Amino acid sequence: MHGLINRAIQAFVTTTYGKARWEKVMEEAELGFTEFEAMLVYSEEQSSRMLTAMEKVLARPLPEILEDMGTFLVSNPQVEALRRLLRFGGVNYVEFLHSLDDLPDRARLAVSDLHLPALELVEQAPEQFELICQPGLPGYGHVLMGVLRAMADDYGDLVFLDHSGRQGGAEVISITLVVTKFAEGREFDLGAHSL
Amino acid sequence: MMSFEQLTQMAGVICPMYVIIDAKGRIMSAGPTLRKLRPDLTWKGRRFFRLFDLSRPRSVRSVADLHRTAGSKLHLQFRDAPQTGLKGVCAPLPDGQGAFINLSFGISVLEAVRDYDLTSADFSPTDLTIEMLYLVEAKSAAMEASRQLNTRLQGAMIAAEEQAFTDTLTGLKNRRAMDHVLARLINGGREFALMHLDLDFFKQVNDTYGHAAGDAVLQQAARIMVECTRESDTVARVGGDEFVMILEGVLDRSRLESIAKRLIARLEEPVIYGGHQCRISASAGTTLSTGQSKPDAAELLNQADLALYAAKRAGRAQHCFYREGLEKEEVGPVTAANGASLSSPNGAPAEDGSAA
Repeated sequence: MHGLINRAIQAFVTTTYGKARWEKVMEEAELGFTEFEAMLVYSEEQSSRMLTAMEKVLARPLPEILEDMGTFLVSNPQVEALRRLLRFGGVNYVEFLHSLDDLPDRARLAVSDLHLPALELVEQAPEQFELICQPGLPGYGHVLMGVLRAMADDYGDLVFLDHSGRQGGAEVISITLVVTKFAEGREFDLGAHSL
Repeated sequence: MMSFEQLTQMAGVICPMYVIIDAKGRIMSAGPTLRKLRPDLTWKGRRFFRLFDLSRPRSVRSVADLHRTAGSKLHLQFRDAPQTGLKGVCAPLPDGQGAFINLSFGISVLEAVRDYDLTSADFSPTDLTIEMLYLVEAKSAAMEASRQLNTRLQGAMIAAEEQAFTDTLTGLKNRRAMDHVLARLINGGREFALMHLDLDFFKQVNDTYGHAAGDAVLQQAARIMVECTRESDTVARVGGDEFVMILEGVLDRSRLESIAKRLIARLEEPVIYGGHQCRISASAGTTLSTGQSKPDAAELLNQADLALYAAKRAGRAQHCFYREGLEKEEVGPVTAANGASLSSPNGAPAEDGSAA
């Protein structure tokens, strides 16, 4: 699993539960180090040992933790860059949802060795969607649930999300847009990033 | 046939930074994004060449000139501040009615987006500007992560290297580095002198004035040894107050003797630390790699060590060469001159550093 993903999990645990808990996770995982490097690639086994250890140390079901992490990725100022990149996807939430089809390609444009599973948005009715998430990254669907929820807040829309299990090997998330412009949402200024 | 209003409506969707001028160079219509760059300006009727400065091609001064550039790239900028640079292309309108010019930001888009507070809606959906902005941000974020990793790795590498070969207190080479140099010289068949030097009265300085004073003395001793040797020589700290110098190509005994004497004399100069005069001395023993037909590192170190102890037996501040049979010479008790118990009348150690 790419270091960026491992590192994101580390940032989430450290920020939410504290450095000591993270160190405990890594101690439990017995990988011989405590910090992931964002620009290195780690084996599936190393990442999966970290995830198992995290579930045990934090004493919470993994899907729940991963969903919180998805929310963290969008809403925490530490990782503002990621929120901005996601916001480039569209001027409103529906456009953003449609841009998810391009997400793996966009990710690869930024970091050539970052491979994310393919996503497909199926529009079932004007405000009813299904996001089909191909396998390849364990727990990705749950992280996306958190991301989708936080991005709805970001755009100021009210959505209903449901992880509706698996179809074949793929995870399916159903998305219902309840109210658009429900709240103010957060500002997105194209030029805010100082270069 | 399409009306002018219909044309401008279409143009506003497809290329929102268009500008249409009449035969005299007056602006007839401008696209919504272009208008956003000068929101207080009345665009209609304004002279195109008064508003924009064409920097390339330089010769374009009139609508007729502009017509001749049809299809090729134009570089222009606003005459008033902010003088945002723009790229453009001109297509003449039929029957000499004027020109249709489409503009874009080109590479200045990064500043433009910030200066004019533009949003995705200001760009045509087919325009790749938003993708470019995305890419710039994504690459900057990725580069920053890479840069941080490189900095950490570089720091770790430097630390590892220095820890491996440098004595951190004195900056001299350490035992490992010395072993390395010695092996390299021997394997290369080089000839060299190996001098083993031991500080006298160092322990007293340490005990009387504290470790910080001891450290200062060691650092001063290291500086002296570096100054008294050539850059190509190796000076290593191999123990608490023990040093080894490897002098390549120096086999002349009188020269080595004078180096040792100069070293010892300079080491006897007092070091001022915390208002105290810290005085030490030194003994040294030297062996030559040419003494053995096939030099062996451990044996050479042993010989230099024996010579050092012979020097100590001969009294403080002495230098001895190794000679055959030194191993068998009686290792007598270290005389008072080596002075574990020596101290000057005022209680400071070895104020009287020159007595033999």
